[in-house]
Amino acid sequence: MRKRINGYLLAGLFLTAALLLMTLVGAFHTPYSPTAMSGADKFLPPSLAHLFGTDNFGRDIFSRVLKGTGTTLTIALATVLIGAVVGTCVGAVTGYFGGLADDILMRLNDALTAFPSILLALLIIGLVGPGKYNVVLALGIVFIPSFARVTRTAFAALRDVNYITSARLMGAGSARILLVHALPNTLRTLLPALTIGFNNAVLAEASMSFLGIGVTPPDASLGYMLSEAQGMFTAAPWYAVCTGSVIALLVFGVGLIGEGMQALDREVD
Amino acid sequence: MLEIKDLHVKFHNRDREAVAGISLTIADGEIMGLVGESGSGKTVTAMSIAGLLPRKQCQLSGDILLDGQDLLHARRSELRKLHGKKIGVVFQDPMSSMDPLMRVGKQVGEVLRIHARDKDDAAQKAMVLQALADVELPEPEVIYHKYPHELSGGQQQRAMIASAIVIRPSLLLLDEPTTALDVTIQAQILELLKKLNRETGISMLFISHNLNVVRKLCSRVAVMQRGELVEEGGTDTVFFHPRHPYTQHLIASIPTRSGKELR
Amino acid sequence: MKYALKRVGMLLVTMLLVSFLTFLAFQLVSGDPVRTMLGTEATEAQIAALRSELGLDRPFFVRYFDWLCGFFTGNLGTSFSYRQPVWDLISSKLEITLLLSLISFILITVTSIPLGVLSYQWVGGPMDWVRTAFNQLCMAVPPFFTGILISWFFGIALRVFTPGDFPGLHTNPAGALRYLFFAAVCLSIPRAAMTVRMMRSTVISEMNKAYVRTAISRGNDRRTVLMAHVLKNSLVSVVTFLGQTMAELVGGSVVVEQVFGIPGLGRLLVTSISHRDYPVVQTLVVILAFWVVLAGTLADLVNQYIDPRLRLGGAV
Repeated sequence: MRKRINGYLLAGLFLTAALLLMTLVGAFHTPYSPTAMSGADKFLPPSLAHLFGTDNFGRDIFSRVLKGTGTTLTIALATVLIGAVVGTCVGAVTGYFGGLADDILMRLNDALTAFPSILLALLIIGLVGPGKYNVVLALGIVFIPSFARVTRTAFAALRDVNYITSARLMGAGSARILLVHALPNTLRTLLPALTIGFNNAVLAEASMSFLGIGVTPPDASLGYMLSEAQGMFTAAPWYAVCTGSVIALLVFGVGLIGEGMQALDREVD
Repeated sequence: MLEIKDLHVKFHNRDREAVAGISLTIADGEIMGLVGESGSGKTVTAMSIAGLLPRKQCQLSGDILLDGQDLLHARRSELRKLHGKKIGVVFQDPMSSMDPLMRVGKQVGEVLRIHARDKDDAAQKAMVLQALADVELPEPEVIYHKYPHELSGGQQQRAMIASAIVIRPSLLLLDEPTTALDVTIQAQILELLKKLNRETGISMLFISHNLNVVRKLCSRVAVMQRGELVEEGGTDTVFFHPRHPYTQHLIASIPTRSGKELR
Repeated sequence: MKYALKRVGMLLVTMLLVSFLTFLAFQLVSGDPVRTMLGTEATEAQIAALRSELGLDRPFFVRYFDWLCGFFTGNLGTSFSYRQPVWDLISSKLEITLLLSLISFILITVTSIPLGVLSYQWVGGPMDWVRTAFNQLCMAVPPFFTGILISWFFGIALRVFTPGDFPGLHTNPAGALRYLFFAAVCLSIPRAAMTVRMMRSTVISEMNKAYVRTAISRGNDRRTVLMAHVLKNSLVSVVTFLGQTMAELVGGSVVVEQVFGIPGLGRLLVTSISHRDYPVVQTLVVILAFWVVLAGTLADLVNQYIDPRLRLGGAV
C-alpha cells in the first residue's frame, strides 16, 4: 500500500501554502502602500498597526515584504520554469537518443555545473546588465544543466525498459513515446529536483539582489531589502529579522516538501 | 553439536512465519544439506543460527544450542562473542560480501583481531597465511596484500572460506556458496569443502537449492518447504526413497546428466 | 603515481582550454572598450593612442599568448576602470577570498563528517524528524542573513570583532583570522547541512550492503562495522561532494564578503562586472575556473587513494 502523505510533506505544504496565500493577497492589497513614506512613523517596532514595524522612511515593512516576496516568488518560479522546460527537453532528447550530441552536451553540462552557480549568474548579468528580467534569464540559463542532468539519467535508464520497447514495436513515434510514456515516469525524480531548483533560485536571486546587481529599486526584492536592513540593524533590527525570516521560511517550506517527496519515494522502493 | 529445537521466526511485516517450527541436529564432523526453493526459510534458518537476523524486525522462539550453549536467548554482546568464534559463515556472492576497500589479509584476519586478542600481530598473520594456504590459494603472501577486486571469483570465495575457518570454529554455515560461481569453480570449491571437513572435522550446514551439489557433498539432507521441514535423512535414502511428495517433485525435476542447474 | 600524473596533465589541458574559451568569449562580447572608456566625443587619434597603450592593436593570438604568460609573470593587462595592473588589483584580494573559503572548507569537513555519522545513529529513532527539520532549516537560512545576525551579535553586542573594519592580513593576522572565522561560519552552515544529509544517506545505503553482514558475522557490533568498514566506503561520495563544496564556497564567499565588509574578490568581481571591466573579469573567471578544476582534481586524487578500484582505469 502506497502512502500518499507524510509529516514533512504536510508541514511543508502548509507552510508554503500559507506564504503563497499571503503573497497572493499582497499582490492585490497591502495594509499600507509599500512606497508611502511617513516621517512621523520612522523606525517603529513591530506592533498591531505595523506587523513588521517600519523602516527609516516610515514605510510599512510588512507591506514591503509582501511585495518583495511576490517579486522573489515570481522570479524563482519563472527561473525554475525556464530551467526545467529547457533542461527537460535537452535531457530527454539527448538521454533518449544518446550518441555524439549527448556526449558533447553532457561534457558542456559537467563544465557548467562544476562552476559555482552564483558566479555564472553574475557573469551573465555582467553581459546583459541588471534588472528583473535579466535575473530571470541569467538564473534560468544557470539552472538548465542540473535539470538536463536529472532528466537525462531518467530517460537514458528508460531507453531499454520493456514497456518503452513494446510501445516502439507497436509503432509509436519517438515524440509520442517521450511524451506519453517516459515523461510521467521521470516525474518522481523531477519533482524533488524542482523543489531544490526553486530553493536555489530563491537563494540566488536574493544573493544577487543583496549584492545590488539583481533586482533593483523601484522593484521590491527581499534580497535588496536585506541589504538595506543591514545598514540600519541597530536602529531597526526587526527589519532584517523579519525579511530574512521570510526568505528562510519560504526555502524551509519548499525544502520540507522535497524531503517529504523523497521519503515517500524511499518507502516505495 | 548443533541442536535446533522448534525454531519459529516471524517477521513483523509478514503474515506467514518464515520458519514454522523446525527441529534439526547436526553431529560432530557432519555435513548437513538444507534444501528448498527460495522463500522456503532455509536462509532465515541459517541467519538465525549465525545471529544475523535483525532482532527488532522479527520474533524468534525455540532453542538453538551449539555444544550446549544457547545461541538465541543470551545477551547480544555474549552472543556476538560466540557467533564470531564458534560459527563461520560463507555467503553467496563473494565479491559483494567482501569490503572492497580492505586488503584480503586484513579481512581474513578481522575475526582474529576480535576474538583472539591474546595473540600478537605476527601470530595472527601466521594464522591468516595458514588459512589462505588451507583453502589452496596460491602464494598466500601475495594474496594477503591484494584487494578483493584483484582476485577472481573463485579466489574470492576461497578467501571468504579462509576468513570463516581462520579461527577454527566448530560450525561452518555455507549459504549457497557456489551459486554465483561457474560450474568448474563450483566443483573445485566443493572438493575443497570436503577436504576441509575430512582434515579438520569441522561440521557444516550447507544451504542450496541445487540438489546435485548437495548430493555430492552432504552426508545428510533436510528439505524445507514454506518454513517447514518436510523430510530429513541420509542423503542416499532421501534421494532414492523420497517419502514426501515435495521431495519427490524436487528430485524428479533434476535435469539428468546435463550439468544444468535446478531452479 | 602514474594516475596522479595523468590527472594533473588532464587538469593542465582543461585549464588551457578554459582560458582560451574565456579569452575568446570576452573578445567577442566586449565590443570596443576604448570607445566606452573615452566616450563619444573622443577623436580617432585619442582612440588609437589608448588602444596601443592598452595593447589592443595587436593580433588576437599574440594578445592571448601574452595574457596566458601573464599568469606566470603577473602581467595580466590593465584594468579599464581602475587604470591599474590587473594583478595588483587581484592578488591581495585573492589571498583573502581563498583563505575565507579554506577556513569554511575546514569547518565543513570537521563538523559534517562526525555529524553525518552521528545523525545515522538517529535513523528510525523518535527524534529523527527533529534532525531532518533542523537540517532543512540550516539549508534554508541564507548566509547573508546569518551574516547580519552574527556580525551584530559578535561584532556590535559582544565586540569580538569590529564589523566593517577588516584588519590587514599581514599587519594583524590573528585579528584577520578571527574576523574571517565568523564569516566562514555563516558560509559553512548551509553547505555543512547539505554534507551531513548526503553523508547520512550514503551511510544508510552502505549499511545495507552485503559486506556489512559479513563483518557482523565475524562478531563485530554495528558500531565497529560503521567505524572499520562503512565509514571508509562512504567517504568516496563524501569527498566528491566536498570537492564541489570547495568550488561553491568561492561563489558563496562573494556574498558573505559583502555582508562583513571583507576586502576580498567579491566586491571587485561585482564592480568590475557592472562596469564591464573585461581584463579584470576574464582574469577572475580563469582563476576561479582553475580553483574549480583544481578542487575536482584533488577530490579525484583523494578518492583514488581511498578506493583502489579507481586506480585501475583512467576514467573515473
